[in-house]
Amino acid sequence: MARNTGTRPLAINGLTMALSSKDLLGIQGMPKDEIELILDTAATFKDVSERDIKKVPTLRGKTVINLFYEASTRTRTSFELAGKRLSADVINISTSTSSVVKGETLLDTALNIEAMKCDIIIVRHSCSGAPAYLSTRLKSSVINAGDGSHEHPTQALLDMFTIREKLGRLEGLTVAIVGDIEHSRVARSNIYGLSTMGAKVKVCGPPTMIPPGIERMSATACYDMDEAVEGADVIMMLRLQLERQAAGLFPGVREYARLYGLNQARVARAARNAMVMHPGPMNRGVEISSEVADHTPVILHQVTNGVAVRMAVMFLLAGASKAEA
Amino acid sequence: MNILIKNGHIIDPADKIDDNLDILIAEGKIAKLGKQGTLSQSGAKIVDAAGKIVVPGLIDMHVHLREPGYEYKETIATGTAAAKAGGFTSVCCMPNTNPVNDNRAVTEFMLVQAGSASARVFPIGAITKGSKGEELAEMGELFAAGCRAISDDGKPVMNASVMRRAMEYSKIFDMLVIAHCEDSALSGKGVMNEGDVSTELGLRGIPRAAEDVMTARDISLAELTGCRLHIAHVSTAGSVRLIRDAKARGVKVSAETCPHYFTLTEEAVRGYNTMAKMNPPLRTADDVAAIKQGLKDGTIDVIATDHAPHALDEKSGEFDYAPFGVIGLETAVGLTFSLVDEGILSLTDVIRKLSTNPALIFKLNKGKLAVGADADVTIIDPNVKWIVDASQFSSKARNTPFNGWKLKGRAELTIVGGKI
Repeated sequence: MARNTGTRPLAINGLTMALSSKDLLGIQGMPKDEIELILDTAATFKDVSERDIKKVPTLRGKTVINLFYEASTRTRTSFELAGKRLSADVINISTSTSSVVKGETLLDTALNIEAMKCDIIIVRHSCSGAPAYLSTRLKSSVINAGDGSHEHPTQALLDMFTIREKLGRLEGLTVAIVGDIEHSRVARSNIYGLSTMGAKVKVCGPPTMIPPGIERMSATACYDMDEAVEGADVIMMLRLQLERQAAGLFPGVREYARLYGLNQARVARAARNAMVMHPGPMNRGVEISSEVADHTPVILHQVTNGVAVRMAVMFLLAGASKAEA
Repeated sequence: MNILIKNGHIIDPADKIDDNLDILIAEGKIAKLGKQGTLSQSGAKIVDAAGKIVVPGLIDMHVHLREPGYEYKETIATGTAAAKAGGFTSVCCMPNTNPVNDNRAVTEFMLVQAGSASARVFPIGAITKGSKGEELAEMGELFAAGCRAISDDGKPVMNASVMRRAMEYSKIFDMLVIAHCEDSALSGKGVMNEGDVSTELGLRGIPRAAEDVMTARDISLAELTGCRLHIAHVSTAGSVRLIRDAKARGVKVSAETCPHYFTLTEEAVRGYNTMAKMNPPLRTADDVAAIKQGLKDGTIDVIATDHAPHALDEKSGEFDYAPFGVIGLETAVGLTFSLVDEGILSLTDVIRKLSTNPALIFKLNKGKLAVGADADVTIIDPNVKWIVDASQFSSKARNTPFNGWKLKGRAELTIVGGKI
């Protein structure tokens, strides 16, 4: 039985309640039982957010820094709430207002923060590999909150949590991820996670947005959205960044919406209890019609679950609890 | 001081020598060659080259010496020290300095600095003013100042018409035109080869087509204009194929590759290793195989290093922000000699790629050990096993992907103009 830390005891006997690495950099290579550990831990933390007093003392005295080199309201707020609900001290650093504008390097910034004795540094950066770079040079735990087009592990974890919660399982499901796969860290992390958990992943988008070698990542690719969503248990829509039109990747939103937008007709092609998901923020009328968006409460569930999953990750990284036999 | 090199094995493809001979150097020139033990030793410094090969001084046709303007990365003094340590008696330095070497003043400055350098320096002038790709640089002035080749290396000349006119104009001076083949519209903001690894790492890719389309273009333009074209840093199977076909048609094209393109693939980038970031990028195993075949069948004439020094701070941090380039002067011989063990090249071929052919293509009166030639001599131990230790390099820079590698073959002594 787990030591009583004020949360409901975890029903896992004799298992160490911590992750195998000091960092969470990505889902690639994460073993199935580790993913399950995070999802199961998240389930117990979800209750905390439902209570009147949304706080447990689990990470009291720990210091968590949000080091965000890219603008974000959703993810940063989610991490901040997760830390605070665990009673940690959370500081947000947004680089537009920090010494980064004075030219301070990534490493110097991080070392300075670590010198203030922080336990967990959460990094979002536009360059793939930035959190990995820091993880080898800092003693603190590094959580990747999204690096370039590489990975966004907590997003994939909350997506898997949400699917498991609604459909009862991940194994054997068909998940269609639609949109700009090439530039999507959410897509990559989800492909790794879902295939590890035994789901079948299909990616769909215009050829200009399907990266080479995607089949090596255990996902099948197709350009026809009707075919991709046919019988799918989950349809995960990715946000279209409108700048990609300027880069010549697609001719315009009108055509994009027609070919790759999720509308009622396409939802009807999916499996009977299919889920529609979106990591947010949505471009209504582009990748998802307003009609579909308004009838898809799951999108908001993803947000709620995000806090629980991030609480679980921080709890497990801080190694806060070891189960006693 | 005279020097007598004895007991060595001379390999000089230009003069068809592959024999155990002794060499006497006097007054900076090759004075005599003779059967072992037959040359008089009086007054000469003796160099015992037993077990070693004695070859015409190696020539690196593609280095970046960074001076003027980027002396914090490397200087002519430190870069030539690295050259000498690596066995090179001559280097040809690229014009992407600051200011760009597009005029006589910069060329003459480089030559002044080279006067006290450890190896001979042959500056390459820019094709266009500021290497901006718009207006021709004053080629006549560059030629008069001493340049025998032009290049906008670091960048392509994107405007085909400008490249065409540069090639036509080069014929006045029989100036070698060295092309950096890259279509920047295709390479865009790419930082490594476009393929499976770039997809996994989430890094923007540079497709092989970015090099192939420009290799094809520049070969066509060379055919149109009749100039002498040299393709720099070949990295793709496509380029090798195009160059092979062009040579078969009689086009005046030569080509070079670098040791990293026949040794490493894009896999070296895993872990976001900035020491494996250069332009053109490391490609796939198929490309490595094609380059080896190209070296073997003569499609690729020269092995040059594209020695590109950068400060360690610059190569630290986010992969996207690190500058392109790796150094190579002090590892080239060891890496090239692996090709001998692999059966790709003979020892004679290696010397052709590293000395004979660069001299011919650059029209340097070098790359040979005939009597009367400049005493630029490299003595190589082809069997010594050594471990690369970047901290001991003579270069100011440390940005090599080969630190810690076990190599076989190293230059033991480099003689420039009869001076050790």
